[in-house]
Amino acid sequence: MTKLICIVCPKGCHLEIDESFNVTGNFCKRGEVYAKNEVTNPTRTVTSTVKLNSKILKMLPVRTDKPIAKSKMFDVMEELKKVEVNAPVNSGDIIISNILGTNINIIATRTIKE
Amino acid sequence: MLNYDLVIIGGGSAGIASAIGAYDNGLRSILVLEKEAYLGGILNQCIHNGFGLHLFNEELSGPEYAERFANELIKRNIEYRLETMVLKINKDLTMVCSSVNGCEIIKAKAIICATGCTERTRGAIATQGDRPSGVMTAGLAQRYLNIEGYLVGKKVFILGSGDIGLIMARRMTLEGAKVLGVAELMPYSNGLSRNIVQCLQDFNIPLYLSHTVKRIIGKNRLEKIVICEVDNKNNFVLNTEKEFEVDTLLLSVGLIPNNPLLANLGVKMHPRTKGPIVDDNYETSVPGIFACGNGLHVHDLVDFVTNEGIYVGKKVSEYIKNGKLASEKYVTIEAGNGISYVLPSKFAIDKGVAEIKFRVTKPHQKSHINVIYNGEILKSIKKQYLLPAEMEDIKFDISKLDCGNIVLEVIDD
Ligand SMILES: Cc1cc2nc3c(=O)[nH]c(=O)nc-3n(C[C@H](O)[C@H](O)[C@H](O)COP(=O)(O)OP(=O)(O)OC[C@H]3O[C@@H](n4cnc5c(N)ncnc54)[C@H](O)[C@@H]3O)c2cc1C
Ligand code: SF4
Repeated sequence: MTKLICIVCPKGCHLEIDESFNVTGNFCKRGEVYAKNEVTNPTRTVTSTVKLNSKILKMLPVRTDKPIAKSKMFDVMEELKKVEVNAPVNSGDIIISNILGTNINIIATRTIKE
Repeated sequence: MLNYDLVIIGGGSAGIASAIGAYDNGLRSILVLEKEAYLGGILNQCIHNGFGLHLFNEELSGPEYAERFANELIKRNIEYRLETMVLKINKDLTMVCSSVNGCEIIKAKAIICATGCTERTRGAIATQGDRPSGVMTAGLAQRYLNIEGYLVGKKVFILGSGDIGLIMARRMTLEGAKVLGVAELMPYSNGLSRNIVQCLQDFNIPLYLSHTVKRIIGKNRLEKIVICEVDNKNNFVLNTEKEFEVDTLLLSVGLIPNNPLLANLGVKMHPRTKGPIVDDNYETSVPGIFACGNGLHVHDLVDFVTNEGIYVGKKVSEYIKNGKLASEKYVTIEAGNGISYVLPSKFAIDKGVAEIKFRVTKPHQKSHINVIYNGEILKSIKKQYLLPAEMEDIKFDISKLDCGNIVLEVIDD
């Protein structure tokens, strides 16, 4: 039996998962998926910023479009340091595709018009 | 002088939500005033994810959430002005505003104050020692890093386990800084459980509970801090000092509603929330002036801010249509044993169902929240966990009650 706190949403349900992957304590389905992943292959969404050339802002907020293996978080940060983006950018635009060969993309999370 | 039915001060999530709530309930003459160059408020610097999961069924970052809401405002053609700051509200519901156009007077039939919150600073917690640079609030460091692209330090300690501090512990670690620890005065964390897991435990950052910063040392820049254990009366425990060589100390010691406009107007303030006292329509003690969002009481979650804003917008549109909202009969709501505050402070019986937001004063495991009406238990709900850091709400039927007093209390099982 492993005790976990679901980190998917701010509700933070207290979960328990047993050896045969039965999950209890989850308020919604996502908690069950989280618990199973967390004990087999933990993943995290990485959020950060990249350099931006724009009249309005200096930094563009970005994130992985899906959670990525926890062990790859710092490697993602290194890749982000190499990028510079020019405005205009739309929220959801792909900034780096297939980062580190994971099939996961880095997407912009803010629209910058100019 | 410009005239509007409704003027909303603040274009953060609360202001936007209240504009949408009022518009969708039929009101058309609405103006939103925002002092920054963009809508969305504080969410623009909260680039981490986890927002809006239950509203949009997607895990969004702060700027994405803000943008979706701002788009809803724009879609409805609701008028807004950026880089416009309200300097003063008068009792006759005129406002003095400053913008590139200079000084302007705007008059409204109703005002919603949605001005957000500010962070408690070092002055508010009185630590001993030097006054070097490198000591700042976590939210300011967040703004520097996420908006300006400037990392404020390389070796960091964090005082206070509020969510912004925890989020910044992870953010600065990922950016290459070394976060040596977080000290929390209370014997429990003040942040969301999920942030303890994904911001501290993921990076092996120690959390020192029942600890505080005793001394701050540094000539120009911060050089060293001394933390120390405290007992349950907040006195230092002898020989428990630990030193950390750091160049940055972030404070994450709480948020306070930002209400200079309402305070100057003489609106009655709540001693616990530090925001205005409001009734069940979120109207303050000055008729026609309403409040919502973090300017009313500090919310941990934007989802609650959004719901509150939509509700208040709807109520204000009714107020403008009918000229008033007041009911005849009310029950008053008070915080009892173990409850830090309740909001609102009274509820009209003709509303049928009362929805009360509250916080507990300390953590509880298996316990009950009791709603007590004139000395008798009206409703009792079971709780597995209760934390001061997490705002709770409770709904109960009041349609059969008469005027009287409701007290909320928490009782351990
Ligand atoms: C640093 C920080 C980090 C946070 N992180 C999270 C998080 O990770 N997750 C989460 O769910 N919640 C977070 N919160 C809580 C968050 O504040 C709320 O969820 C919500 O976004 C607050 O919305 P609001 O509209 O009440 O306030 P705000 O977003 O602060 O909006 C208030 C707006 O009013 C404007 N304003 C103020 N005074 C005036 C004036 N006189 N004239 C004109 N405009 C004015 C301000 O510029 C601002 O845009 C955080 C809060 C802070 C302070
Ligand atoms: S189980 Fe569902 S409700 Fe509970 S924290 Fe996880 S995502 Fe949120």
